[in-house]
Amino acid sequence: MQVPAQFQYEKATSVAHALSLLGKYGPESRIVAGGHSLIPMMKLRLAQPQALIDINEITELNKISVEEHMLYIGAMVRHAELLASALAGEHFPIFHDAEKLIADPVVRNRGTVGGSLCQADPSEDLSAAFAAVRGEAVIEYGEGRRIVPIREFFAGPYETAVGDAELLVGVRVPIRSSASAYQKVERRAGDWAVAAAGAELRLEGDTVAEAGIGLTAVGATNFHAPEAEEFLVGGPATAERFARAGEIAAEHCEPVADQRGPADYKRHLAATLTARALGAALSRWHGRHQEA
Amino acid sequence: MTTTEETPMGFGRMHRKEDVRFVRGHGNYVDDVTLPGMLHGAVLRSPYAHAKILSIDTSAAEAHPKVRAVITGEALAGLNLAWMPTLSNDVQAVLATDKVRFQGQEVAFVVAEDRYSARDALELIDVDYEPLAPVVDARKALDPDAPVIRDDVEGRTDNHIFDWETGDKARTDEVFANAEVVATQDMLYPRVHPAPLETCGSVADMDPITGKLTIWTTTQAPHAHRTLYALVAGLPEHKIRVISPDIGGGFGNKVGIYPGYVCSVVGSILTGKPVKWVEDRSENLMSTSFARDYHMHGEIASTKDGKIQAIRVKVLADHGAFNGTAQPTKYPAGFFGVFTGSYDIEAAHAEVTGVYTNKAPGGVAYACSFRITEAVYLVERMVDVLAYDLDMDPAELRMKNLLKPDQFPYQSKTGWEYDSGDYPRTLRMALDLVHYDELRAEQAKRRDAGELMGIGVAFFTEAVGAGPRKHMDILGLGMADGAELRVHPTGKAVLRLSVQTQGQGHETTFAQIVAEELGISPDDIDVVHGDTDQTPFGLGTYGSRSTPVSGAATAVVARKVRERAKIVASAMLEVSPDDLEWEKGRWFVKGDPAAGKSIQDIAMAAHSGLELPEGVEGHLDATCVYNPPNLTYPFGAYICVVDVDAETGQVKVRDFVAVDDCGVRINPMIVEGQVHGGLADGLGMALMQVMAFDEDGNHLGGSFMDYLLPTSMECPSWRLGETVTPSPHHPIGAKGVGESATVGSPAAVVNAVLDALKPRGVRHADMPLTPAAVWCAAQGHPFRTDLAIT
Repeated sequence: MQVPAQFQYEKATSVAHALSLLGKYGPESRIVAGGHSLIPMMKLRLAQPQALIDINEITELNKISVEEHMLYIGAMVRHAELLASALAGEHFPIFHDAEKLIADPVVRNRGTVGGSLCQADPSEDLSAAFAAVRGEAVIEYGEGRRIVPIREFFAGPYETAVGDAELLVGVRVPIRSSASAYQKVERRAGDWAVAAAGAELRLEGDTVAEAGIGLTAVGATNFHAPEAEEFLVGGPATAERFARAGEIAAEHCEPVADQRGPADYKRHLAATLTARALGAALSRWHGRHQEA
Repeated sequence: MTTTEETPMGFGRMHRKEDVRFVRGHGNYVDDVTLPGMLHGAVLRSPYAHAKILSIDTSAAEAHPKVRAVITGEALAGLNLAWMPTLSNDVQAVLATDKVRFQGQEVAFVVAEDRYSARDALELIDVDYEPLAPVVDARKALDPDAPVIRDDVEGRTDNHIFDWETGDKARTDEVFANAEVVATQDMLYPRVHPAPLETCGSVADMDPITGKLTIWTTTQAPHAHRTLYALVAGLPEHKIRVISPDIGGGFGNKVGIYPGYVCSVVGSILTGKPVKWVEDRSENLMSTSFARDYHMHGEIASTKDGKIQAIRVKVLADHGAFNGTAQPTKYPAGFFGVFTGSYDIEAAHAEVTGVYTNKAPGGVAYACSFRITEAVYLVERMVDVLAYDLDMDPAELRMKNLLKPDQFPYQSKTGWEYDSGDYPRTLRMALDLVHYDELRAEQAKRRDAGELMGIGVAFFTEAVGAGPRKHMDILGLGMADGAELRVHPTGKAVLRLSVQTQGQGHETTFAQIVAEELGISPDDIDVVHGDTDQTPFGLGTYGSRSTPVSGAATAVVARKVRERAKIVASAMLEVSPDDLEWEKGRWFVKGDPAAGKSIQDIAMAAHSGLELPEGVEGHLDATCVYNPPNLTYPFGAYICVVDVDAETGQVKVRDFVAVDDCGVRINPMIVEGQVHGGLADGLGMALMQVMAFDEDGNHLGGSFMDYLLPTSMECPSWRLGETVTPSPHHPIGAKGVGESATVGSPAAVVNAVLDALKPRGVRHADMPLTPAAVWCAAQGHPFRTDLAIT
């Protein structure tokens, strides 16, 4: 059994309480949500926080709701809850696609949306999914709250816009007429992505009016592909253009070789999965509009 | 699967007796052992693959308020315990004194009042290392300028361990020289790990008053361990008790003795308290017995119409930093000699060279039957390579070359006597089960549409049940097994065995053998194992040897009891023993079936005042030692069907048919469970599992995030079939089966993926066939799967 170094433990009962505890313990403290990244890192002693602030009992962070034309997902929503949420799936099926492929049921029962985003692993699926649909992080601090677009949320590997005395309380996504999908290649169920792509589309007639492309594990800056999105908007939604968009996205990635594969393979996957995700989103778009 | 409502009186499906405690969470594993005053140990490990130790400062760790002892290699050297013998007559450092030779090697041992403090204190030990160039790539280990790893051995100037050969070189070369077709292929069976879910550990308790050492430990071979502790530590063997409680998976990983075990013993001697040491997941993956790591160059000779004539192979075997391979002494390459497989050929020859590298020691672990996994993989890949070159159907090519039933017992060209088999029948059954011809028709259509679908066939012959003591020993200990059977007055029985279950269901299977022989219900038979003070000597459970050796011992000892019961029955019935006849559970008078006595009645009488014939002892208890006359040779035909995503390289195993022939099946449910597990294991090796190392010798698979075990998501619903060809020399006709599926399935999966890639001109690619490996192979630029991907 791997055992962590000594640490203080505090259980926060409200967001305000959590923020005050963060102030009390300072930068060497860490928020623990599902604990599926932080606890293993502590056991391996890659992380040795002096204090853990447990936010599992802050029930106000658990909700999935629609508020002011936004889908709101609380930071403590478990992966399994997002996967089971008809509300989230109705507006953004990309979340169901991604959640089916995140880790395994045991991890999904415990791991949280906020924890995944704040961990900011370069291979995190939800980072790409939220980037694709242009989600926004809701961050609270002592004096109030601020909104940071997910596309500006990540400061680098394992670094986010959340400051030392701040707490990510939720993520919101503007609801609009759109279709979305997620595609991932993994070596085995539960493994981190070798590469993955999320796509969101809104069409006007046969023309792409809005496109969102999220990418993970391939070194895409802030988990998205703005050049490919720009290319798509204003043109027809065809397989050829999706393939070209995939190539453009791949050209702007900087994948790193590791035991999941060499860089050229990951770049190839970035292109392939982008095109596939766009194709899947388009199918959904047509499916909805035929129903209507 | 059929379930059993009542317990069979002998062979048949029945639920496992041990599962009652396991499914209720009442198993008792080493880490569950807690003793009064027990202390906890932790091992400091080397961050370097190869480095000189300049100094070790333990003063800060010793000053930790909860630390009771800090042990270094230097301290062990004072006790003559710094080095210990391996299972291959090499030595291995218990704690490093001069150099570290692999990443994760044991450097110091801390004993503290709790596990957390022991771990904390490791960070207080200051080791000054001078890094040295490591030998990572086995193919460079024998280069003239390669760093010498084992400079602890006087006079050693290179990394060469052994050369070994088998077969007739001259005859083989002659056949090759005259062959119409020769196919050649290099292939790697990469380094993998048994990865039992329970890691290794021990609780050592040296009683300072009696001088008796009790050690609870994760061992597949408790008796062999006891003898080794006696030899290593110089302790008297009767003062050592090895207890192997419930074991959470072994797969060969728990055959050898690890430095942590020895350190826990030393820690207990030094502190006078019991010391527990249980390694963590990374320690298990990085430092304990690996498996495989064979770099093979295969050649196969045939006629133009596909009659296989000869097989030739050269192997470079990476044994890591210490030669710790577990195998019978005369077999430095294990039983790799069965590489001629299941085919009727004229000649064969193999050369194996073992080398040291800066990697963990061990070898021949992981359900491989002493390197038969490598041998089967080699020959089954070579047959497929030949099929590729000849453009022949691989099933047809196999059928054409399989040994025929009338050739058994078959003397192989490398000196093995295959005991029994009907190979064509088994292959035919697998082809029928999978609907082979229909699959080939579907494949042709899919290929026309540009889709990649593959059908992989593998046929294996195993050689298990080591072994005849004349030929097989481990460190001088012959591989025969004892058995002891006590029948209580009320007819309930206790069977004591030397083998140790790690999940195989011994408590059920061996009770069923006694039941079959004596007619006592398995529910009335307790199987005792895993405690050297309570069981007879024997070599333990690995290499699928439990049923072939201890299973035979069980049948033999039960028959001894039966013969004793016959004499008691004759006294009870007042007839001559010659007038008695046995039916399951009772002796009766020939020609008068109503006049008989049940085994239970006989047991009571044997313990009573009944007058027995002159010279006949009372009671029914018996002991025996079984020395197997030969190995048993289970075999099987496996067929795997895959769909490969050409764009991403992802492999989906659509179907898998496994027809196993392991002779007589004692408990078919347990056999099927073992096959299921082994198939998943093999699929894991074929598609995802590997321990690769970067250029500095860093282990790239040190956690379950990086070393991937297959899950149910990757496994199809296995479809099994069976044929039964009894072993002619085993008392109940059984053969070992524990490793069959692990041995046979990797080749089936790999053959299937390569069959799928055939339209892309891919003839071979090395395991594991991850999406990246498949895609790169299809692009024509495969990478080395044993090194860091760049």
